[in-house]
Amino acid sequence: MDYAIDIRDLTVAYREKPVLWDVDLQVPPGVLIAIVGPNGAGKTTLIKSSLGLVKAAAGSVLIHGRPYSEQRANVAYVPQRGSVDWDFPTNVLDVVTMGLYGRLGWFKRPGKAERIEALKSLAQVGMEEFTTRQISQLSGGQQQRVFLARALVQDARVYFMDEPFQGVDAITERAIVDLLQDLRKQGKTVAVVHHDLQTVPEYFDHVMLLNVRRIASGPVEEVFTEENLRTTYGGRVAFVSALSAANRT
Amino acid sequence: MIDLFSDLFNDYTLRTVALGSALLGITAGSLGGFALLRRQSLLGDAISHAALPGIAIAFLITGSKAPLVLILGAGIAGWIGAALISIVTTRTRIKYDSALGIMLSVFFGFGLVLLTYIQRQPDANQAGLNSFLFGQAAALVEQDVFVIFVIGTLVLLFMMVFWKEFKLLSFDSDFIGTLGFPVRLLDHLLTTLFVIAIVIGLQTVGVVLMSAMIIAPGAAARQWTDRLGRMIILAGIFGAISGVGGAITSSLIPALPTGPTIVLIVSIIVMISLLFAPNRGLVFRKIRDWQAGKRLRVDAVLVDLYTLASQHASAEYPHSERVLDVMSTISGPARRTLKVLNDLELAKPIDSTHWSLTPEGVLRAERVIERQFGGGS
Repeated sequence: MDYAIDIRDLTVAYREKPVLWDVDLQVPPGVLIAIVGPNGAGKTTLIKSSLGLVKAAAGSVLIHGRPYSEQRANVAYVPQRGSVDWDFPTNVLDVVTMGLYGRLGWFKRPGKAERIEALKSLAQVGMEEFTTRQISQLSGGQQQRVFLARALVQDARVYFMDEPFQGVDAITERAIVDLLQDLRKQGKTVAVVHHDLQTVPEYFDHVMLLNVRRIASGPVEEVFTEENLRTTYGGRVAFVSALSAANRT
Repeated sequence: MIDLFSDLFNDYTLRTVALGSALLGITAGSLGGFALLRRQSLLGDAISHAALPGIAIAFLITGSKAPLVLILGAGIAGWIGAALISIVTTRTRIKYDSALGIMLSVFFGFGLVLLTYIQRQPDANQAGLNSFLFGQAAALVEQDVFVIFVIGTLVLLFMMVFWKEFKLLSFDSDFIGTLGFPVRLLDHLLTTLFVIAIVIGLQTVGVVLMSAMIIAPGAAARQWTDRLGRMIILAGIFGAISGVGGAITSSLIPALPTGPTIVLIVSIIVMISLLFAPNRGLVFRKIRDWQAGKRLRVDAVLVDLYTLASQHASAEYPHSERVLDVMSTISGPARRTLKVLNDLELAKPIDSTHWSLTPEGVLRAERVIERQFGGGS
């Protein structure tokens, strides 16, 4: 079968300490998958090593059947909002246009065509009125939507998003959920590092439970079980069973 | 003043000094702008100090004080210093700031040892190497300026050619990696340009204070604009102004060292920018806070008056200042704010202590309440 994301035996270590150990993940095309697990479980590292940003000690990553290095144009990345300095002297439209730098290649400057594409993406996340706004003047949710627009403009087949829901307002959360549905409708595959276990069944089709090793992955109704959550999160049983109770209703 | 201008064009020494300092100011300021945004300002300090042994070794090997030879030596040593900082930070548990401090002092100390050794030599040729410590603009000759011009232009040319890539590298280096650009290579390239921009200024400004030419123009420029392009251009202009200003001053007054004079001028530019730049300047912010505070007090008293009057038949029912003082959630007596309201014709005094809203005041109060408490969002 042709998986959109096919990760095999991925192992990443910082010095001697393994952060990811022998992780496998297969995601069929057109699926929204949540990657969940406790702090330090390696969720961000999983994304970053899939994208070649963190060196893996072992393992392979295939995107639609071919190595990631050959598939860069088909993969878009939404980093954590806190990973950049939002006081950087630039505006919203400029940041979104950065998503097109790869397609432009070396030396070529973005022009009118790029601006139009960037505006379209901004409209998709409801940020078209903010094009000339300095990025430090945005709320957290608006910053997140700018990052999403930057990934959308890449028009990729596979999206990796690192905690897009982290610390956003209700409007942004709704906008992201709508966007995820849109992407699925277009047959795109989206892997999202997610923290809020309660919304996993509502927002996602598949889920991966990760804690250095892969605990489970697959359709939410099959693998998002109390037992798997207990294995992933360890001792915090009360918390977990309250959640899975919420899950059943 | 007129004399100075005619000297600038006619006096050989002054013209040479001014041109050289302007060129190094533009180059250092522009590249420094990127360093500032990448939080690498202090790397410039380490690089300039690390360059000192390079200058000494280049002299010891070649016996020449030709600008290109010394700049090459400084560049190689500065680059090695930057590379070692990066290696120590990624391969050991030593943090970035400590690595900077270690390299800076080790290289600088080594440079001083070599410089002292050179001075003890019987050869008379070594005179002038000491000027690399604090800089000596007056010593610039046409050959130096030519070298600074060619190298500086190349550095700026590279910066413009790779503009888009350097911008994204500085803003989000992970993201540019996912686009397929070689992050490490771009990083090395920008650092190399940075090193070159620093070493061409060492003869004029000196290793001790060169970092000011890197950090200060960019920091000042950032205050005035929110666009990267304008910021880098402005940093170049600020660098040129301080370079020329400092070099001319110090070449006119013989006892004045160049480096410190340039640094003083660039510091004045930074100070003015920190205080008076629109939006980001401290004075501007204070005024904005003060205006917002005044508006808040006006609105608060307005709403208080309206609330009190709403207990009565007429919205314009008068109330005493004492009641308003007690009610007010904003500190300070209500009287001053009531006078402001009177000037705005939103409230009027009925007698010496009683006040009522004007019809316009009632409308404004209703709008404030609507905005603050109505609608929810």
